[in-house]
Amino acid sequence: MKWLLVAITVVATALSDLLQSYELKRAGEQTVSARGIARLAALVVERRYLILSIVCLAFSFFAFMALVQSQPLSFAVPASAASFILETIAAKLVLGEQVGPRRAAGTLLVLGGIILLAR
Amino acid sequence: MTFQAAPTAPFGRGSAACQLPHGCYHQTVDLPKRARTYLLVLLFIGLRGFGNLMLAWGTKRLPAALGVHPAAYLASMLDPAVAAGIAMLIFSLFTRMALLSVADLSFVLPVTAVGYVLAAALGKLFLHEEVTAVRWLAAFLIFSGVAVVGSTPQNTTEGARAK
Repeated sequence: MKWLLVAITVVATALSDLLQSYELKRAGEQTVSARGIARLAALVVERRYLILSIVCLAFSFFAFMALVQSQPLSFAVPASAASFILETIAAKLVLGEQVGPRRAAGTLLVLGGIILLAR
Repeated sequence: MTFQAAPTAPFGRGSAACQLPHGCYHQTVDLPKRARTYLLVLLFIGLRGFGNLMLAWGTKRLPAALGVHPAAYLASMLDPAVAAGIAMLIFSLFTRMALLSVADLSFVLPVTAVGYVLAAALGKLFLHEEVTAVRWLAAFLIFSGVAVVGSTPQNTTEGARAK
């Protein structure tokens, strides 16, 4: 059961982020001024991939909550940090981002830090 | 008698640096894109860190435990700390969206991981946990990883995926 919750958290988080990244880069530079927030809220309602990303976010949120409720945080946080790897690979393969050796090395350092922090 | 062509302004309409018909004056007052990106990173990390803290603090001092009953959740939103926490988290979601509009996902993910260190630090500050050597090492790994990723170009798909 706990691995099912980890899987739902990881896959839903990755899907949500990929959809958001795709749609928001297509939309061009956004800001967080009052007008910018209103524009972002309008975007979320208009673009179906963004709506889908919010649905995925809700799934990942509730799966993570259930995971935290039944498992210690020192398991839940590093296990769900697996989404880091999945998302970086998908960002390269699906979104066409350039993940060179430097970015890959930095990402692995951060991942190591998150796993250690939760111990 | 011949008229000389007016010298072209260094930044204005028709200058070599500007290809836009209305001139580039607005670019001289805006922050560079890199600075705007890091401002969004800081805002996002701060909002999420303190939003989560407010939420945790607010829900802990509630009289009734949050169970399966949705009414308890709705009632908890009347608590000012919980409401402020939720508002900050919603604003942080929009901030992250703005961030994803200017930077790669593979850039945003590691760089915003500084939030994990902030969460641990805030927890320590308010829950009085001790800082173990392993946690110092973890924070160091995260910061150095962020520095390495931060030295890569923030947007590698620009132009390839225009409107």
